[in-house]
Amino acid sequence: MLLLILKRIGLGLITLFIVSLITFVGVEVLPGDACTTYLEREAYGAALDACIKRLGLDVPAYERYLDWASNVARGDFGYSLSGEMPINEVLGPRVKNSLVLASVSILIGIPLAIVLGIITALWRDKLPDIMISTITIFSMTIPEFISATLLILIVAIWLGWLPGIVIIPSDATFYELLSNIILPVVAISMIMTAHMARMVRSSVIQVMASDYVQMAILKGVPYWKMVFRHVLPNALLPAINVVALTIAWLLGGVVVTEVVFNYPGLGRLVIESISNRDLPVVQALAIILASIYVGINLIADLMTLMLNPRLKSLQIRK
Amino acid sequence: MNEIIESVKNLSIGFNSQKGKQISILRNVSTNIKKGETVGIVGESGSGKSTLALAMMGYIKQGLFPLKGECLFKSEDLLKMSSRQLEKIRGRKIAMIPQNAGQALTPNLKIGYQIDEALRLHTDLNKTERDKKISELLNKVRLPSPETMAFRYPHELSGGQQQRVAVAMALAGKPDLLLLDEPTTGLDVTTQAHVLELLRFIAKDTGTSMIYVSHDLGAIAQVSDRIVVMYAGEIVLEGPARKILKEPIHPYTYGLLKSIPKLSLAGLPDSMPGSQPQPGSINEGCSFYDRCNLAIDHCKKNSPDLEHIKELDTNVRCFNHKELINQNNNLQTSITKKTNNSEAIEVLKLKDVSISYAKQKFFDQLLNKISDQNPTVKDINIDIKKGETIALVGESGSGKSTILKSIAGLLKTKDGQIKFENDRILSSDLKMRNPNDLRAIQLIFQNPDESLNPNHTVEQILSQPLKLYFNLSGEELKKNIIDLLKKVRLGEFYMSRYPRQLSGGEKQRVAVARAFAAKPDIILCDEVTSALDVSVQAAVLNLLQQLKEDLGTTYVFVSHDLAVVRAISDRVAVLYQGRLCEIGPSQNVYKFPSHPYTEVLLGAVLEPDPDIKPKLVAEDIVEEKPPEKGCSFQGRCPRKIGDICNSEVPPWQIGENGNAIRCHINIEELASLQQ
Amino acid sequence: MESNLITEDKHKNKLEKAFEILKTMASKPSGLIGLTIVLFHVILALISPYIAPYDYKAISPNTMLLAPSAEHWFGTDSLGRDVFTRTILGGRTALTVTFFGSLIALLWGGLLGIFCGLVGGKIDDVVMRVVDAFLSIPWILAMLLIVSLLGTSTEVLIPALGFFYGKGIVRVARAATHDVIAKDFIVSARARGHSNMSIIWNEIIPNVRDAILVEGAMRWSWMLLGFSSLSFLGFGVSPPTPDWGLMISNARGLMSFAYWSVIAPIVGLSSLIIGINLTADAFAKALGIDRSTKAPV
Repeated sequence: MLLLILKRIGLGLITLFIVSLITFVGVEVLPGDACTTYLEREAYGAALDACIKRLGLDVPAYERYLDWASNVARGDFGYSLSGEMPINEVLGPRVKNSLVLASVSILIGIPLAIVLGIITALWRDKLPDIMISTITIFSMTIPEFISATLLILIVAIWLGWLPGIVIIPSDATFYELLSNIILPVVAISMIMTAHMARMVRSSVIQVMASDYVQMAILKGVPYWKMVFRHVLPNALLPAINVVALTIAWLLGGVVVTEVVFNYPGLGRLVIESISNRDLPVVQALAIILASIYVGINLIADLMTLMLNPRLKSLQIRK
Repeated sequence: MNEIIESVKNLSIGFNSQKGKQISILRNVSTNIKKGETVGIVGESGSGKSTLALAMMGYIKQGLFPLKGECLFKSEDLLKMSSRQLEKIRGRKIAMIPQNAGQALTPNLKIGYQIDEALRLHTDLNKTERDKKISELLNKVRLPSPETMAFRYPHELSGGQQQRVAVAMALAGKPDLLLLDEPTTGLDVTTQAHVLELLRFIAKDTGTSMIYVSHDLGAIAQVSDRIVVMYAGEIVLEGPARKILKEPIHPYTYGLLKSIPKLSLAGLPDSMPGSQPQPGSINEGCSFYDRCNLAIDHCKKNSPDLEHIKELDTNVRCFNHKELINQNNNLQTSITKKTNNSEAIEVLKLKDVSISYAKQKFFDQLLNKISDQNPTVKDINIDIKKGETIALVGESGSGKSTILKSIAGLLKTKDGQIKFENDRILSSDLKMRNPNDLRAIQLIFQNPDESLNPNHTVEQILSQPLKLYFNLSGEELKKNIIDLLKKVRLGEFYMSRYPRQLSGGEKQRVAVARAFAAKPDIILCDEVTSALDVSVQAAVLNLLQQLKEDLGTTYVFVSHDLAVVRAISDRVAVLYQGRLCEIGPSQNVYKFPSHPYTEVLLGAVLEPDPDIKPKLVAEDIVEEKPPEKGCSFQGRCPRKIGDICNSEVPPWQIGENGNAIRCHINIEELASLQQ
Repeated sequence: MESNLITEDKHKNKLEKAFEILKTMASKPSGLIGLTIVLFHVILALISPYIAPYDYKAISPNTMLLAPSAEHWFGTDSLGRDVFTRTILGGRTALTVTFFGSLIALLWGGLLGIFCGLVGGKIDDVVMRVVDAFLSIPWILAMLLIVSLLGTSTEVLIPALGFFYGKGIVRVARAATHDVIAKDFIVSARARGHSNMSIIWNEIIPNVRDAILVEGAMRWSWMLLGFSSLSFLGFGVSPPTPDWGLMISNARGLMSFAYWSVIAPIVGLSSLIIGINLTADAFAKALGIDRSTKAPV
């Protein structure tokens, strides 16, 4: 068991290593180095020299990679060109803000998706399913920037209930924070919830058609007891991994949503650093976002391992 | 004894087709189940037997609905009950033992919990009483170490053990009626006999009524007091078991019984033409009309009613049943004798073949030889004569299919040689064999659904080998394909069909035709009839025999079914855990003296005759790996003589008729023991 | 169970088969709606240059932010351009870029996937790990980086989108191939001694084709989503090319008093994505493929 966990973690680390290579090589291969890209037309003379020196562009690429990679491994991402300060300081508050936004979205989205998925599966092809499924298809297909824009138009502008643009003072109270992030959370969780609800639905439907559920019915197990003891544990287990992939995929949606609401998180930093052509920050973001992806998938893998009696006993026997 | 507990009246169940037509898969079924009796419901796949059984618990599968009729349990209609009311009856009054317990046990719940659940729902026992009851039940179904069994998950048990757990679960609520839906299908021969024996014991012990649903007349014959025969959604024959099995007065049952290969008789059983009609395809007339050799014009337009014959205590649905009365002496004798046209030349020799089973991936050249001291298959020596049918017999895990694969070149041998024609060594690597050798050895698989490309028409399927080996094209190719189809008794119009448009028997015929397209010398048959219905199986066996006699082909025939092997083979090799136990001419292998494992296998065969009971001589333990030394059968042998069996590989002994047995017991002694 | 019962006799050629699939797709309301929407957009994209009432890039200070009227059906935007003209032209870019992007995705994803499924073993492990690594970089970051360094021309966008959306197809194609090569008909072909190429071409491709096509159709709708998000962020096609994402982004700031200029492109884009999605779903169902348990990666 322990060995298997270690193996999964190892695989995650290998993935991250490849990601670091991809980002580094990607930046190397694309035209222009970090300094010329950043300075654009001013890329000459003393400014360029200073920049090159600061980033150490005068040493060979592989040395730079090793240097950078070992620093990253220690949690030091280097120096931001546009912010003129260590990247870690730039990242700190952004990571916190994005984390708040993402975790609130996930905390609302996952339970809601599970409930909706179960309802639509149990009332398959009946009114609740048709209604909810129609809504999920819509919210699944409409891009975040459209739903976010519509939310602002309707809720903030026409109805005037909530602020359309997020302004978070550093000493914001919990209530202020909450009323500020409601709309972004709705925009992000809509698409995610819809995706996950559909997956839960089909997983539950699959299990409901299994021999063991039929057996439970023929054993005289009352309906809801059957749903909770025989169906859900088996239906939600395989859904864990898929849900993890969905969450990771929707990191992209967070970027867009943050831009629409002007929310000071990692997503906006992505746009800012790319607009500023601040390549060291972009590299740092790639690693961080990839780590989140790998992390979420790792958690899902481990959860599946813990909960699946099949895998559990497999490990004990070996 | 004569109190009726469940009664089905004029029940029809159906579904709506895509075109909005109502199609019934169960038509006008009426029957009664009396207290304490065991009723066998027999029929081929699609006959509606499972639908009937489930309806008797008030359960209708999704997509189906009752069209008319009722299922009265103690004079209350189950089909009209609310789910609340049904919960009180299911598991408590009527309990189910499912077909595939491995899939019918909830994977995330421990065995103990699943039995406890039934106890909590249907009894008033408290926790300690229930715990006691659980181990009592596990004991009753003869599971090993019942104390620890309760804490295990379903997937940790073998198929036979899972089935026993399902039985224990069904018994928990002390039901009045037990419903068994193919409870032994998919289990190994010996396990099947053991589970059946357990069920019979339980029926006697508890006095519970049972409904035993199966396609297997052998199993039905062992347990039933009364038999109901179903065909195309209707009951065609119903009566006391002995009468049905010994004097069937419906042409379908008669044909079915004749098409079952029997252990006591060498030679091929008679086959029935055609296959069961699809639901909704019969508009008028008798549903058996197409396949019936008693059919008259009257049968085409009029459908017979179920008629009660008083002197036989039997119900029958046939206008001409009188013709079958007193015909039944023929049941045993009308078996086609087959000719053994094997020649003295040996066409294929397996010499000291050992195979280590490591799953080989396609294209995967990285796999090298594995140094396995205890390979899956070891020391196989078989010489196969030209034109003979040699059968490899054994239960799952016996290595019979593995040997077949390595003959075909799909699995590399670890040691030993495969010699083809004039002692030429065949490479164990497919890619090293020359095209003519590849052509000479062809394979037919168990399941034609998997062995035919679903995206190819029959024409495309058959043209593959013709193009590859003979470079045929155009008119000549087409002519050859039509010839092949004719050989397997299929019409020309099959050329444009896809496999999904064919019945199981037709698909297997196409697979046979594909193998013969290569004009092979040897055909390897891997359980070729196990996926087919009994009546179709006989037809395919007859076809294979006919083709062989015409073309002089050699068959290596792998099967778990001893009766089928008896019917088709000239010589039999019995395998256990990848080691040969016995080999010889089939008439001798089926006679004593036998290797103890052959004895166990023969004893476990279920014959469709209530007078022949299986003899259970060994425990049904599942061994995962062959033993490292000594006799391969040491773990289960009922005649084990001592340490020598564990330490030394037994010697070969040749019996007087030429069958060789590998056992430490002297062959004469064995003969007297087995008398 | 019903599908087993329909035994059809007719020998169908490819065209008839395609028509049959279309008919099955249109037999359910959701499929019919999807097909209609997609057809509508495709036709509109083809004829829009000829029916557009105004010049899409004609800036006019006199007609700034006009509400919808008989002359300007959808009103005008902040530069005085006709929103109707720009909306019907906006679909052209989106459709072209994502259609060719999907083709590229289908091609490289399908081929690599089939290859990995066939080869198995170590090579497969390594390739899948690399694909996984690519997968773990959020697509939006990678796309933005590529676009910002190489520019926003369609020559950059199409292959870049094709590359990033092909990753998922690799997985599907690989899984499908894996399933197929275990089947007995492949074993049978190998035992007969067919060459690898002949096995791939005759036995494997026909059996994985459907799954890959369905995945490709699905990718198309997601790629459209991704592409319009890029445009919205200002990293898609460059102005003044009419593009829905860009139009929404430009009109967003003014939507408190000129909502029409944001509603029209929203309706255009949303309907197209929903249409493609419904069509892809109906396509999958018509081919008998269940893809609802797959993650959108």
